[in-house]
Amino acid sequence: MTALSTRAKLGVVAASAVLLGAVAAGYAATAAEPARTPPPAATGDQAVTLTPGPRLLAITDRHVSSVATADPTGPRSVSGLECLRVYAAAGTGVCLKPDTPWTYQVVVLDAALHPTRTLSVPGLPNRARVSASGRMVSWTTFVGGDSYTSGGFSTRTGIIDTVTGATVTSLEEFTIKRDGRAYRNPDVNYWGVTFTADDNVFYATMSTGGKRYLVRGDVASRAVETVKENVECPSLSPDGTRIAFKEAIGADPAKGWRLSVLDLATMRVTATAETTSVDDQAAWLDNGTLAYTLRQSDGRPDVWAVAADGSGAPRLVLPGAESPSPLA
Amino acid sequence: MYLSTVSRPAADPPAGGRPGRRLALVSGNVVALGTVSLITDVSAEMVTAILPLYLVLGLQLSPVAFGVLDGVHTGATALLRVVGGFVADRFQRRKLVAGVGYALSAVAKLGLLLAGRSVPMIGAVIAVDRLGKGVRSAPRDALITLSTPPESLGRAFGVHRAMDSVGAFLGPLAAFAVLLAVGQSYDAVFVTSFCVAALALVVLVLFVRERPAGGPVDSPDQPRVSVREAFGLLRSRHARRLVLAAALLGLATIGDGFVYLLLQRREDLGLRWFPLLAVGTSLAYLVLAAPLGVLADRIGRLPVVVGGYAALGATYLLLAGPVHGWPLLVLTLTLYGTFYAATDGVLIALAGPVLPPRLRTTGIALVQTGQALAYLVSSVLFGLAWQAWGPENAIRAAAAVVAGVLVVTLLLLASPSRPVTRKVPR
Repeated sequence: MTALSTRAKLGVVAASAVLLGAVAAGYAATAAEPARTPPPAATGDQAVTLTPGPRLLAITDRHVSSVATADPTGPRSVSGLECLRVYAAAGTGVCLKPDTPWTYQVVVLDAALHPTRTLSVPGLPNRARVSASGRMVSWTTFVGGDSYTSGGFSTRTGIIDTVTGATVTSLEEFTIKRDGRAYRNPDVNYWGVTFTADDNVFYATMSTGGKRYLVRGDVASRAVETVKENVECPSLSPDGTRIAFKEAIGADPAKGWRLSVLDLATMRVTATAETTSVDDQAAWLDNGTLAYTLRQSDGRPDVWAVAADGSGAPRLVLPGAESPSPLA
Repeated sequence: MYLSTVSRPAADPPAGGRPGRRLALVSGNVVALGTVSLITDVSAEMVTAILPLYLVLGLQLSPVAFGVLDGVHTGATALLRVVGGFVADRFQRRKLVAGVGYALSAVAKLGLLLAGRSVPMIGAVIAVDRLGKGVRSAPRDALITLSTPPESLGRAFGVHRAMDSVGAFLGPLAAFAVLLAVGQSYDAVFVTSFCVAALALVVLVLFVRERPAGGPVDSPDQPRVSVREAFGLLRSRHARRLVLAAALLGLATIGDGFVYLLLQRREDLGLRWFPLLAVGTSLAYLVLAAPLGVLADRIGRLPVVVGGYAALGATYLLLAGPVHGWPLLVLTLTLYGTFYAATDGVLIALAGPVLPPRLRTTGIALVQTGQALAYLVSSVLFGLAWQAWGPENAIRAAAAVVAGVLVVTLLLLASPSRPVTRKVPR
């Protein structure tokens, strides 16, 4: 190395910089996604609305879309509204929407997909729910970089009451009873809220100490208590008697999840006929059917449905769509 | 201000390269290593900044899959760090071992491209990246100590760490610039990050010298460092005390996550501002690293390290104290950044001269490993304390631990012989 003068070395560094810069630029030029697909113009018979009716709401190519429940492979209406997660009930919708390329918003929608409230949230969109009456709205995001367990992720789950405007920015503020005793731990995370018919009591997943619990929460008294272990992403049936959830196989999420149903009266768990690992908060299409998103190996989503009582076989409902929500 | 010390040490042999009439506040090797660290940190932080976006939105992986990604064995990394240090000493190839560490991390960037949606593969790639980081830091710091006269070590490490943090600052900006330019193509960020890392390797190969002018020369007839000799390091009282002091330092740190979490809870800070807390700390670190390093050379390194502990204790107390609002935020983050600036590089500056040059890389690796392992223990303990006593009492307990650690460190390192703080006569 001593043979090279400092000037020659600087020359080599400059040449390397130019060469490596060209490699990076060249790769970027070829690998860049062909300019963002333009928002598809509204297609299908009519514009997408959240008005209750026999239709199924979902996301197609990152845009809110709907289709007739009776003919899910038929013409699909696609709106210009871009969301990563969507859910709706009784004419109220929630959309987790990109704000800038790296920040997201929770947007509460009216039946015509117009925003009624917008909230900036930290992290990346994960779950979104609306109570059956359309009054309570909840969301979950993943937050990276602030985890004290080196490199792990934490989640933030919030709730908004669209009538009073009261907002819980993070369920972590709630008091906890675990197995009947007061509990606190900085590692507590919540995700996947589902509301009961009284618009106050809800169910959700709480994780702490490496375990995941089903918790029953109370918005008014700002408290949660554990109900059962190894229940994630609960979704309450329309009749309020059962909870669909994803059950980590062998209580180890690394092994994947089995879509299952918990009977709240008997606390008995029934596995559905879906044997592929489901990483989603299922939606009830009616009191006997669950809809959920599965991803192909390249990440492309499809919506599937399966009977809630463990019978039958899963069927493909909406190819190329995710985040299903019945509008009925 | 420091012009009286700008010339290189008189011991600088004129034959060892280009003798300096050059104004050099730190040696060329330190500037070279600082540049390598700066460029490498741009590359590393580019990836860190977008990894969550990539994994969750790009690959649609579930966050719980991250438990798997996180299952990198810190113990194994710690062991390999010491082994790397020993190899560097045994074959007198510190530059080579550091280079291997930098190269591993560079290759890991390309690995992310190849890993696709496979969670175990992504986990392995992240492990390789961390391994590279673990392997390179000890030989790099050893090279800094060997390229710098003992009385200027504080400044050398201060300048190095400041350059390092500049890179960490620029990284996320570079990543977002790439994303803006090419849309949501995360692959382009990985390739750019790899190219930046490769440039750092070029700078390392061309400008970093294994045997810096003025540094101790390893005579060829000296026997190679043996495993036995390396273990013997721990029999030396000074070395043992240093490793112990480093472990105590680790024990006093509860981790950035906890500090920011407490701050956020106290101030009910909008969660989207959360990432800015780390930026505030880094800013204080960046600004103060070099001045505190210089101060350490002037008044002695031990007082500066002790001052750093005091800043840490004050940070903890503030988190359970009566101050609120902006004053709390500014004070806490400044003090926390001061703690880093006063301890991170200064501790190695303190350690360097105590460790024999033959075994310096091994020794520094031991010091860094001791600190890392103790930090793991303390963050777990703090989590338990929070669970049992609540956050306020837990942080008060942490402040008490800092006070204890401060006293013990003083007793450990302020031995009568004090080889480290003795002034070298001009």
